[in-house]
Amino acid sequence: MTPTRRRRLILVLGILAGVGIAGALALTAFQKNVMFFFDPSAVAAGEVKQGQRFRLGGMVSKGSVQRVPGTLEVHFTVTDFKHELPVTYTGILPDLFREGQGVVAHGRLNENGVFVADEVLAKHDENYMPPEVAHSLKKNEQPAAREGS
Amino acid sequence: MLPELGHFALILALLLAAVQTFFGIAGPHFGRERWIAAVRPAVAGQFVMVATAFGCLMASFITLDFSVRYVAENSNSALPIIYRISAVWGAHEGSLLLWILLLAAWTLAVAFGLSRLPEKFGARVLGVLGFVSVGFLLFTLATSNPFLRLNPAVPDGRDLNPLLQDPALAYHPPMLYMGYVGFAVAFAFACAAMLEGRMDQAWARWTRPWTTAAWCFLSMGIALGSWWAYYELGWGGYWFWDPVENASFMPWLAGTALIHSLAVTDKRGLFKSWTLLLAIIAFSLSLLGTFLVRSGVITSVHSFAADPARGVFILTFLVIIIGGALSLYAWRAPLLKSQAGFEFGSREMFLLFNNILLVVALAVVLGGTLAPLIVETLGMPTLSVGTPYFEPSFLTPILPLLALVAFGIVASWKRGRLAAHKRPLLVTFGVSLVLGLALAFGVYSGATVLTPVGFTLGLWIILTSLLDPVDRWRRKLTLSRSIVGMTIAHLGLAMAVIGITAVESFTQERDIALAQGESATFGRYEVRFDKLADVEGPNYGGVRGEFNVLYDGRPLMTLHPEKRNYWVQRSVQTEAGIGSHRGTNILIALGEDLQGGKWSVRVQLRPLVNYVWLAAFVMALGGFIAATDKRYRTVKSEATEPAPGTAGGVLEGKAG
Repeated sequence: MTPTRRRRLILVLGILAGVGIAGALALTAFQKNVMFFFDPSAVAAGEVKQGQRFRLGGMVSKGSVQRVPGTLEVHFTVTDFKHELPVTYTGILPDLFREGQGVVAHGRLNENGVFVADEVLAKHDENYMPPEVAHSLKKNEQPAAREGS
Repeated sequence: MLPELGHFALILALLLAAVQTFFGIAGPHFGRERWIAAVRPAVAGQFVMVATAFGCLMASFITLDFSVRYVAENSNSALPIIYRISAVWGAHEGSLLLWILLLAAWTLAVAFGLSRLPEKFGARVLGVLGFVSVGFLLFTLATSNPFLRLNPAVPDGRDLNPLLQDPALAYHPPMLYMGYVGFAVAFAFACAAMLEGRMDQAWARWTRPWTTAAWCFLSMGIALGSWWAYYELGWGGYWFWDPVENASFMPWLAGTALIHSLAVTDKRGLFKSWTLLLAIIAFSLSLLGTFLVRSGVITSVHSFAADPARGVFILTFLVIIIGGALSLYAWRAPLLKSQAGFEFGSREMFLLFNNILLVVALAVVLGGTLAPLIVETLGMPTLSVGTPYFEPSFLTPILPLLALVAFGIVASWKRGRLAAHKRPLLVTFGVSLVLGLALAFGVYSGATVLTPVGFTLGLWIILTSLLDPVDRWRRKLTLSRSIVGMTIAHLGLAMAVIGITAVESFTQERDIALAQGESATFGRYEVRFDKLADVEGPNYGGVRGEFNVLYDGRPLMTLHPEKRNYWVQRSVQTEAGIGSHRGTNILIALGEDLQGGKWSVRVQLRPLVNYVWLAAFVMALGGFIAATDKRYRTVKSEATEPAPGTAGGVLEGKAG
């Protein structure tokens, strides 16, 4: 094998190894960090694993939003018209967060079955509803779901 | 009357685009000179028609013609004039028309541009561009016509989405589209070369300025979007790995790879088929970006009302364009053999690494962006992929890439004498390491493992990219625009690396509850909530807070965040108060009334974040300087004229 060829071989092997490592790392990161979406019915059915971080989606139940006066703590329930799930969040809610509107929250269930959100997302304008929420609500055939879309 | 005129002009534009496509591709194929001669007039005609249509739509917006549905949905009589103009591309239909207008403008520039292309080749380029234009015009006319009338007309419009009533958003879409559409030019050059079955270094020299210019616009477009998301959406950061951001970032990564691979094709005649493939990929990703953003398949701010017909149309178009180009590639690329070789440690090798790492990074982003779509199509549970995935997977290829920039800059073409450059590399690395450590642990506090790495790499890129220009300047040699441009662009990259490192390492952010007169402390900064007053604008009302920021107890600045209530859309909108002190960006946003006299307030201090956005503009400036280099203006094909006497030509002569 000539030196040029050997160098070329090392080069190609190096590239393959590099790409392989990057691919493996990306896949591991993917497996560890992917978040699944559940609606309150799926949570009630026990589909969520203990301590798993997930996206919760549904409508904010009318009349459910309660603040702890003077603090950033807020409680509300999310519904898909079959089941409800209490949510607690500490922080600033998005501008478009409203009762009776679609919402997506990121977080975990605590021991009492309350969803502790670390991030709350609301729809961006009246034409828009998170597709997962729209889908989940359509599944439960509730005409009120059309209001927002 | 105007909307009908616009509609009619758009139909004529479609016919002219079809003419341009047919004569542009069939003319050279059958060797009909008259057909070829018809292409340029068709290009000019198409541009005039599209511009007329665009002008008509803009006139309808300015004159508040609420009998036009698109105007009624996106404007209002109280809307200030500048936003009435930017509202033209504020939603789906108008933004498509903008896409088409920019494509027509780029095509016009190619047809009558500076680099005089050979007749046949030029006709083929214009033919391919015409084909892209036909697709978009058909799409607009069939599914997204902005000129539809509303019967009966409404007295007043529904107003532009308040989020879009912002100067950065007025410029963001045109810039971004200039980039997307610019890659169509590179794509057309690639297709024309494949149709011709020939691709020489002159080809690379024609393609380079166009590709670089497109990349510059895209860089600025992305930066404007990121900046807007920072202060208007209040997402609080410069990047969120949101699918829509990724959609614009992927063509940018492909474009960056393309620029570097084109440099090798131009200087050394290598990487030919790879360059073609990258040109196809860059434009395909631009189309994919448009598809992702416009079809409403992903969750995002940009997904306007989802209409399945539109999604299907774009998807079909995507398949035709990408499938067609790739088949052409599979058929023709084997014809293009690179003659020369290169040694281990030469600049070509480092540019090869640059390309591989950029493509790996691209694959990582593409995978993460499309995974939720694919999984959902397969009927599995809905999932979302966010920052925790993107950050480590993106950094894996990008950190080695940044470390290799210094080597690539100092290495010579063709010969792998890296040992000769050992000293400057080691010296610059030593200086960067010392400075990087000092920055990481001296200036700010709370550094992580990656902090000194980021600072050192950024500084090393700065020092090594300055080596060559400083050396030339000392020896009183001429500095070509190519070299100046490349140096500035690399300095921009270093700026981004240093800025991102600082933001990621030293950001302080908190949501707090404050009553008037109370204050909160963030390191040496103190934020005091002084007053709250009512405020009224042309189409909104709301409250305005007054916050004083103190540094070491001394007053620094007063910020006025607002909470606006837009009357027509009845939507609440947060306008953050933003200030800057010693490179640290201070953002204060009002949350809501918490009762008991308290308000929720979001405070963020991000060091050097401004430089991340500025960096994109520095890169773009470098690109524009490089794209206007003299050597791109007087290029003739090697077929018509033997080896020109430029530096590249001489080098090639020796190599052959």
